[in-house]
Amino acid sequence: MLKDITIGQYFPGDSFIHRLDPRMKIVLTFAYIVMLFMASNPLGLGIGILFLVFAYGISKIPPRMILKSLKPVVPIILFTSALNMLFIDGDNLLFQWGIITITLQGITTAIVMSVRIICLIAGTSLMTYTTSPIALTDGIERLCSPLKRFKLPVHELAMMMTIALRFIPTLIEETDKIMSAQKARGADLESGGLMQRAKALIPILIPLFVSAFRRADELALAMECRCYRGGEGRTRMKQLKIVPRDIYCAVFVGLCLAGVVCINLFAPEILPMR
Amino acid sequence: MTAIRTEDLTYVYSPGTPFEKTAVDHINMEIEQGEFVGVIGHTGSGKSTLIQHFNGLLRPTSGKIFINGTDLWAQGTNLREYRFKVGLVFQYPEYQLFEETVYKDIAFGPSNMGLPPEEIQKRVIEAAQFVGLKPHHMQKSPFELSGGQKRRVAIAGVLAMRPDILILDEPAAGLDPKGREMILGQIKDYHRQQKNTVLLVSHSMEDIARYAHKVLVLNRGKVAMYDDVAAVFSRAKEIEAMGLSAPQVTRIFMRLREKGFPVSESVYTMAYAKQELLTMLGKGGERDA
Repeated sequence: MLKDITIGQYFPGDSFIHRLDPRMKIVLTFAYIVMLFMASNPLGLGIGILFLVFAYGISKIPPRMILKSLKPVVPIILFTSALNMLFIDGDNLLFQWGIITITLQGITTAIVMSVRIICLIAGTSLMTYTTSPIALTDGIERLCSPLKRFKLPVHELAMMMTIALRFIPTLIEETDKIMSAQKARGADLESGGLMQRAKALIPILIPLFVSAFRRADELALAMECRCYRGGEGRTRMKQLKIVPRDIYCAVFVGLCLAGVVCINLFAPEILPMR
Repeated sequence: MTAIRTEDLTYVYSPGTPFEKTAVDHINMEIEQGEFVGVIGHTGSGKSTLIQHFNGLLRPTSGKIFINGTDLWAQGTNLREYRFKVGLVFQYPEYQLFEETVYKDIAFGPSNMGLPPEEIQKRVIEAAQFVGLKPHHMQKSPFELSGGQKRRVAIAGVLAMRPDILILDEPAAGLDPKGREMILGQIKDYHRQQKNTVLLVSHSMEDIARYAHKVLVLNRGKVAMYDDVAAVFSRAKEIEAMGLSAPQVTRIFMRLREKGFPVSESVYTMAYAKQELLTMLGKGGERDA
């Protein structure tokens, strides 16, 4: 069903990771991504994997959720692995058939790349699983606030994002409802060729758009009624504060990053790679 | 003949996540052909989930559903065929309208059935008449109509499929009293004429008391009561304990009984109330009422 879409889906909980400051989580997620791409050999990636296992462990997110977040990227992983395997040359030839050559270097690069993508998706998903969308946009707004100097409407952008995120589940639910209603009238959404399927979407898309516009209109009115007039002079109910646990976490990620740098410097070549 | 029968029907939302919720919990029930059944229950009692099983929109987590004796989820059952047999009108059905004209929108169901054009035309006109749409509405865009008219178009869209079993989820929600009475009255007329099975989901005890023969009371995903209207409303105390309120007349008559007046406790319509009062006053006119 449509409800299985996980992007931006918050998995409520009260773990150490859930309670971290959203700004810190965003920054650390970026640090983690940097770490993954700096790690040029399996040992460095090993640190990345261990870090992830540890973080998921304390966040109490069921491992099933990781698999769910990885499902949409499986084709990308397969595609890049195949390309890496086929097109990377090396001196360690393993297999040759016509123009297809597979080398040890190709295989190791493919594995490293796949692990990197998997860690990347799993890592960023951890952030979205443990941070409510509202906290997330709050964090983004605060992190981007220096850009206000360049006349960038940071608050307005963040508000738009909050509203968009807020409406994703609503619209999914709405879509589900409209689909059920049309199916109840015998709409056939599952069979037929491409054209037929595209046509079958009309009875769903039109009511969906109509209701999305209606909701937007109502929301705008409701906001105006409560005197919303942009970010200027606006205070917030929940102030974000950096507390010791955020610092510990930052130090920990910093150490992992340093570890990866050290491995790169002192043990650059364990497996043959390009 | 049994129109709908369920066997340990259970449905769980988002199994295995923190949002897991059993909406329908081991329901066993039977609805006979031609009955008009009212379905009531508190918000979240599983009414809407239950009715979506009857035309195969939801697949039960466990248990079985039989429509006219056929297991919906058995191998080889053509679900789509049963969607035409079991017409389901959702809550706020006006939001499902999409066609350019009212006529085309009502014709959506019948044309999905693959009927010949003349038959479609006949059914559309008939269904539109039933819900009280005027011929000049037919070529208008459904988006130009008022809320109540849109609702009627949506209901006509399901009636035009001529379902054996008609299920309506709060068809009168959000309408003014006049529109409410009109739509419910038209459904009652339809039931009387077509002799089909009708399930009416509603919050309003008054509506159910007035239109239904039998009442199915759901509480937390289970069948709390399923009996004739009189039998159910005579258990008003239990109904109130579930957070539902019995019809106003019933409550008044319960109070009267508590005060010692000799009236029946299962009074649930105005007509019946009048009759009860008259007999009471005629027989025992020594007290003022």
